[in-house]
Amino acid sequence: MSRTINLTLKVWRQNKANPGGFETYEARSISKDMSFLEMLDVVNEELIVAGKEPIAFDHDCREGICGMCGSVVNGRAHGHMEKTTLCQLHMRHFSDGDTVSIEPWRARAFPVIKDLVVDRSTLDEIIRAGGYVSVNTGGAPDANAMPIPTEMAEKAFNAAACIGCGACVAACPNASAMLFVGAKISHLSILPQGRPEAAKRAWAMVTKMDKLGFGNCSNETECEAECPKGISILEIARMNREFFKAAFF
Amino acid sequence: MTLDAKIPAGDLAGKWDRYRFDCKLVNPANKKKFTIIVVGTGLAGASAAASLGELGYNVKSFCIQDSPRRAHSIAAQGGINAAKNYANDGDSIFRLFYDTIKGGDFRSREANVYRLAQISNNIIDHCVAQGIPFARDYGGGLAYRSFGGAQVSRTFYAKGQTGQQLLLGAYGALMRQVAKGSVTLYPRREMLDLVLVDGKARGIVVRNLVTGELESHAGHAVILATGGYGNTYFLSTNAMGSNVTATWRAYKKGAFFANPCFTQIHPTCIPVHGEHQSKLTLMSESLRNDGRVWVPKQPGDKRNPADIPESERDYYLERKYPSFGNLVPRDVASRNAKEECDRGKGVGQTGLAVYLDLADAIKSRGKAEIESKYGNLFEMYEKITGENPYEAPMKIYPAVHYTMGGLWVDYNLMTTIPGLFAAGEANFSDHGANRLGASALMQGLCDGYFVIPYTIGGYLASSSLGEASANGPEFSDAMAAISDNIKHLLAINGKQSAISFHRRLGKILWDHCGIARRDDDMKKGLCLIQNLRAEFGNDVRVPGDEADFNQALENAGRVADFLEFAELLVTDALSRRESCGCHLNVDFQTPEHEALRDDENFSHVAAWEYSGRDKEPVLHKEPLVFENVALTRRSYK
Ligand SMILES: Cc1cc2nc3c(=O)[nH]c(=O)nc-3n(C[C@H](O)[C@H](O)[C@H](O)COP(=O)(O)OP(=O)(O)OC[C@H]3O[C@@H](n4cnc5c(N)ncnc54)[C@H](O)[C@@H]3O)c2cc1C
Ligand code: FES
Repeated sequence: MSRTINLTLKVWRQNKANPGGFETYEARSISKDMSFLEMLDVVNEELIVAGKEPIAFDHDCREGICGMCGSVVNGRAHGHMEKTTLCQLHMRHFSDGDTVSIEPWRARAFPVIKDLVVDRSTLDEIIRAGGYVSVNTGGAPDANAMPIPTEMAEKAFNAAACIGCGACVAACPNASAMLFVGAKISHLSILPQGRPEAAKRAWAMVTKMDKLGFGNCSNETECEAECPKGISILEIARMNREFFKAAFF
Repeated sequence: MTLDAKIPAGDLAGKWDRYRFDCKLVNPANKKKFTIIVVGTGLAGASAAASLGELGYNVKSFCIQDSPRRAHSIAAQGGINAAKNYANDGDSIFRLFYDTIKGGDFRSREANVYRLAQISNNIIDHCVAQGIPFARDYGGGLAYRSFGGAQVSRTFYAKGQTGQQLLLGAYGALMRQVAKGSVTLYPRREMLDLVLVDGKARGIVVRNLVTGELESHAGHAVILATGGYGNTYFLSTNAMGSNVTATWRAYKKGAFFANPCFTQIHPTCIPVHGEHQSKLTLMSESLRNDGRVWVPKQPGDKRNPADIPESERDYYLERKYPSFGNLVPRDVASRNAKEECDRGKGVGQTGLAVYLDLADAIKSRGKAEIESKYGNLFEMYEKITGENPYEAPMKIYPAVHYTMGGLWVDYNLMTTIPGLFAAGEANFSDHGANRLGASALMQGLCDGYFVIPYTIGGYLASSSLGEASANGPEFSDAMAAISDNIKHLLAINGKQSAISFHRRLGKILWDHCGIARRDDDMKKGLCLIQNLRAEFGNDVRVPGDEADFNQALENAGRVADFLEFAELLVTDALSRRESCGCHLNVDFQTPEHEALRDDENFSHVAAWEYSGRDKEPVLHKEPLVFENVALTRRSYK
C-alpha cells in the first residue's frame, strides 16, 4: 500500500479585492500520516515559494482543543470523521485521486475575513453577556467546602468541554448557536456555584445570541452530529428550561 | 548593574505577608486612572487582566488569536498542583516548596517558590468557586492524583483537559470585566515592540493582524504574559503561534533574559512521523502512573512488541531507579529514552521511540478503569497514529515542551525595565532548571490572580508617572522602525519560505543543543545558526501585502526573532559549565550519567543583557542563596 496520495483541492479564496470563489490546487505526494492542516501547509509552501499568497486558515493548538481551526470540507464541518476537529483529521482517511472542497464556515454572524478565516467574535459577545460565575478573586471558601456528586461534576464537564469552534453554527441550516450557548448555560447551571445566576444568565445569553444575528433552533440536530467534542443536544433542552424559568418567574 | 531580586527580609514563611503589609496601596478612586497593558490571554495573562479589572484598573488585553479563550494554555492536560493535603499523605506548603526547589535542581529562588506554594491553595479554591468542573471522588470532594514524580497526591484535574477548564474559567472572569467596561479586548493583535518613555515601560506597538495596521497603545505599566519560547526548536508541543517575539523585543529594549538554555524536554510525546510534521503532541505523563516504559534488550530487535517475551524486555527506568521507577522527573526520563535509542534499542519505523505499555494495568485493573482514566488520551493517540493503544503499547519519544528560562524578574515579577512585568511561562522565576508536572498552571494563575495585582499596585503607588501619549515621539519612532522591518522582509523576495528556515533552525538546535549537550556541538551549532540567519536575510520569500491579513508575514517575523534568540540560547548553554536539571552537558556528569551540578560556581541565575546588534550579550549573575533547604544531589534511585 502506498504511503502517499495525490489530491485535487477546490479551495474558497476571498479577500478585500476578491468577493470569493473556488480555486483548484493539486496536493501532491501527501503522506497518509499527515494531518489535514499539514497537507494545507505543503500546498501553502509551494504557493509561497512561487511568490503566490498562501491559503489563509486559522489554527493554533493542532490538538483539537483550542477551537481555532475549522472549515467545511466536502460539505461537512471539520470534514467527514466523527468527533474530530480539522487539525485532528488525518490524511489516511482520504484516497488517492480524491477531489476535496474546502470552504469557510458560512453564517451571517461569522463574516469571512479572508479565504477560510472567519470572524467569530460574536461567540465572545455571547459569553460576555453572562457565561461565567460572578466571583471576584480572593475570598473563595475552601475548595472542598461544598461537596459535588461525581455524576454532577461529570455532567458539567461534558457540557464545559465545548471548544467554541463554531462548527455547530456552520452545520446548522439556520446558523443557530444554540449548542454553543446551551453548553455554557448547562455547564454553569448544573453546578451549585453557577445556580444563583442561572436564570439571569440564560436570559442574557439567549437574548444576546438573537441580537447578534444567529438563527433559531428548529431541531435539525446537525449541530450535535458535527460537534467535534460530542456535545449533546440535551444541553439545548437544559438551556430552554433555564430560559423559560427566567421568562416566566 | 547588580541584580536586586528585592526579596523581603525575614523568615521564609512570613515574607509574602510582610511584603503585602509593606506594599503601598493605590487609592481605590485612583485605580481607574491607571491603564495597564496586559499582553497575552493564557492562564497568566487572562487571570492578571481579570483580577486587575476587578480591582478597578483600566486594562487593555491583547492576544494573537481571534479570541482570548484560545491561548496555548488551553492545551494543558494533566493537572494543577496545590498543597491542600486532602489526601492526608504528608503534603504541606513546605513540601510543595521543597519538591519544586529540588525538582528545579536548586536553580530557582527560595522566596518566589515558597510564595507559589503558599498561594497554590487559594488558586484551587478560586477555581472551584468559578465553576470549574474538576474531577470529584465519590464523596463529592475533589479528586487528586500523584503526578510527574511527586510522592504525594496533590494534583487536581479535569479529565485530560485541565488547562482548557482553567483557561475557560479565567476567560469567563475576563469577559465579565469586559462587560463591566474595565477591560478592553484587542484580539488578533501581535505585539511587535515595547515602548519606553523616560526609561519606564509605557506602552506597546502592535500589528492588527486583520488589517495589517500598526497601532500604538500607551499605559502606566505593561505585563508580558506571552508564554514560552519552545517553538524555537520548531517541533515542540507548543501551539503553532507560540513565539519569542514579545519577550525578545523587550530584551532588545533592556529587559534581561534569564537562563534561556533551560528548555524542558518532555519524555512522553508521540514520535515524529515525517518531514512535514508541524508539531508534536504530548501524551500526558499521568500515563506513567500506570504505564511501564521499556525497550527490547537486544539492539535492532524489530519484532512486534507482543512477540518480545518479558525476559527480553528492558524496563530500564524501573531497573535503574528502583524507588521512583517510571515516575522519575521529566529530564531523567527524557535523557534515558534518548540513551536507549542511541544504543540502537529504539523502536518503530525511525528507531526514535520507546514503548509506554499499559498492558499490565489493563490486565490487573480492567479495561474499563483504564479507559475512564485515560480514554481521551488513547483516543487522541489513535487519531494521530492510526494505532490502537489498547492492543499494542504506545510509542513515545521526548519532545521540547516548556521553557523554564524567560525574562528576568524580581520578587515583584518586574523585569529590569521599570514598569515592565512578566508573568507565567514568559518569566523565569519559579522552576529553576526543570519544571515539575502540573506546576506551570499553578504558577501562571498564581502570578496572574494573586501576585501581580499586589505588586503592580506597589509600583504604581510608589512611582511618579506622568501621562504618556500614544502619539508621542517614542511611539512614532517605534512604529517607523517596525514598519521598515516589515517592508524589508517583504522586499527580500528570495526563494525559500520562512517555515523552511524554521524547520532547519529546529534541527540545528535539537542536534546541537538538545537533550545531551556537548561543547563542540554547541559551538558548531552557533556557527550554523549564524549562517542560517544570514541566509534568511538574503533568501526568504514573504508574499502578500503589509496592509492585509498576511499569515506568511506574521510567521516570517516570528522566525526572524527565533533565529536571533537561538544564538542567545546556545550562548547561555555554553557558558553554564555544569549540568543541572534539563541542562546536561556531557562533560559534567556522574559515572552513572546523572547531572553533576557545580554549586560553588554556578548557583546563580544567568541574566543576559542586550548590548546591540551583532554584539556579544553581557552576562549578569544573580546569586542564589539557600537558607531553608540543604543543597543535595537529586537521586531517584
Ligand atoms: C501540551 C501541553 C500540556 C501541558 N500540560 C500541563 C499540565 O498538565 N500542567 C501544567 O502545570 N502545565 C502544563 N503545560 C504547561 C502550561 O500549559 C504552560 O506553561 C502555560 O499554560 C503557559 O501559560 P501562559 O499564560 O504563560 O502562556 P500561554 O498560554 O502560552 O499564552 C500566551 C498568550 O500570549 C499571547 N501572545 C504571545 N505572543 C504575543 C505577541 N507577540 N503579541 C500578542 N500576544 C502574544 C498569546 O496569544 C496567548 O494569549 C502543558 C503544556 C503543553 C504544551
Ligand atoms: S487547531 Fe486547535 S482545535 Fe484545531
